[in-house]
Amino acid sequence: MPDPKHSGALLQDVVFRWIARAFAFLVLAILLAIIVSLIYGSLPAMQRFGFGFLVDSEWNPVTEKFGALVPIVGTLVTSTIALVIGVPVSFGIALFLTELSPPWLKRPLGTAIELLAAIPSIIYGMWGLFVLAPLFADHVQPWLIHTIGAAPIIGALFKLPPQGIGVFTAGFVLAIMVIPFIASVVRDVFEVVPPVLKESAYGIGCTTWEVVRNIVLPYTRVGVIGAIMLGLGRALGETMAVTFLIGNAHQLSASILAPGNSIASALANEFTEAVGDVYTSALIQLGLILFVITFVVLALAKLLLLQLAKGEGRRT
Amino acid sequence: MGSLYSRRVFVNRFNLAMSLLTMAFGLAFLFWILTTLFLAGFHAFSTDLFTQMTPPPGSKGGLLNAIVGSLLMAAAGTLIGTPVGIFAGIYLAEYGSRGWLAPCTRFINDILLSAPSIVIGLFIYEVFVFKVGHFSAWAGSLALALIVIPVVIRTTENMLRLVPDSLREAAVALGTPQWKVIVMVTLRSVRAGIITGVLLAVARISGETAPLLFTALNNQFWSVDLNAPMANLPVVIFQFAMSPYADWQTLAWAGSLLITIAVLALNVIARTLFRQAAPK
Repeated sequence: MPDPKHSGALLQDVVFRWIARAFAFLVLAILLAIIVSLIYGSLPAMQRFGFGFLVDSEWNPVTEKFGALVPIVGTLVTSTIALVIGVPVSFGIALFLTELSPPWLKRPLGTAIELLAAIPSIIYGMWGLFVLAPLFADHVQPWLIHTIGAAPIIGALFKLPPQGIGVFTAGFVLAIMVIPFIASVVRDVFEVVPPVLKESAYGIGCTTWEVVRNIVLPYTRVGVIGAIMLGLGRALGETMAVTFLIGNAHQLSASILAPGNSIASALANEFTEAVGDVYTSALIQLGLILFVITFVVLALAKLLLLQLAKGEGRRT
Repeated sequence: MGSLYSRRVFVNRFNLAMSLLTMAFGLAFLFWILTTLFLAGFHAFSTDLFTQMTPPPGSKGGLLNAIVGSLLMAAAGTLIGTPVGIFAGIYLAEYGSRGWLAPCTRFINDILLSAPSIVIGLFIYEVFVFKVGHFSAWAGSLALALIVIPVVIRTTENMLRLVPDSLREAAVALGTPQWKVIVMVTLRSVRAGIITGVLLAVARISGETAPLLFTALNNQFWSVDLNAPMANLPVVIFQFAMSPYADWQTLAWAGSLLITIAVLALNVIARTLFRQAAPK
């Protein structure tokens, strides 16, 4: 026969566990609620435009004709530019932090790179607009047009008069913004490599680069891809910096120097001014598309990183 | 033989030099952005900044209403989000060894951690602003809370997992109920780590603009009514920086400097606190 005090303690335990479980469940509920509310909000646009929404490049609030092609392409192109520039740089930084840096510099330098991630997006946007864009218009872009622009095929990407703001500048600033995220995850996965493996490679006379190329990279390949996907997920959803820099033009252009639009910046610019159900609903559907894309990318990133963590300790 | 050797040495040196360059590249941008901010923002600093309201275009003013609005909403968002995050984190670390809920929550939480914040704003707009019928600071705080939750969950779980099981076992052996073990022993022993997480969450939301655009909106005048639109630094910066007025742009730089100083200070404090408290 349990005494009343004892059963009181038991009850408290059960109540506490259920409270904690309810809050854990809340996280799942939030995700579900986000998806449901976005789908609900985009129903009018879905009914009206169907799948054509994804491939139509027209975006006209006056005639209420909406297609998501321009923002989708803009989002993908800016993120691609960000990765093309950001991945090699992040890799170099992670390499420096794990293999080259003297031990006493590791922490300050690592912190400095992480602080780059702490700077708010809107600061990047403002800095990009007032400092980087004029510089790009006067020096970098004319140079790109003269050198790469003259080349066959790829040259088409670098046509048009330099304007400063546009898809390329937005992508470049995105690159700086995703570097800290990719670099710190890559650094962490590099440190997972068992020292014995690296030491044996050094022992047979490998250079530092050969150790990285033939031991560290193959061992951490899954994790590095995960880190890149994580950076991609960040780049896709980045809003304010892109809004400042992309030029907000609903047009498709072969040149990446031209102004364009991304999903997030279309939302930031137009949502509060949108009048009418169809316009609002089309914007919400843009949000839904963005959420689905980033969700898939981030889920893949997470799965890849989990796979690396699982392999840890088994492979030696 | 000699040529192979010198080629390997060359490749090695070249790649390591590139690695050094990329590091310099990253640091250069940090330095460049901070210098720009200090140079452009500093000369806009005056007592007006902290005593005057945001001005109409073409006249002088300050950022008082935006600063107070930002502080209020960040505080409300943190107060709403932190308890949720800590309880969910406790569940993941202390009860999460069995069942489907914990791994699922952990996975989803990591995705929410990087989810585009503008979608959070869109969500709050739909379920709150649209239903109530007007923009409000409450909506903004809720949106910020949704960003706080994943950060706090992540750090709380990670911190609790650092507590050695022997500590829990010792408490249980004294006949302590499990909830008391968690609240009085494990949670207390990682207090500093959890505060670090909360500080990082505050740093994260103090610069967030996207989720506030459709929720708190903006307000040119003094208002501390959480049920009405409220001025806040990020949205004011966005509006002022995009405007053609020089006065507004100067204020935007001053606001950016304020936010950056706050965010970097919070980050540095959080890191030092964590390093001192981290189990050796």
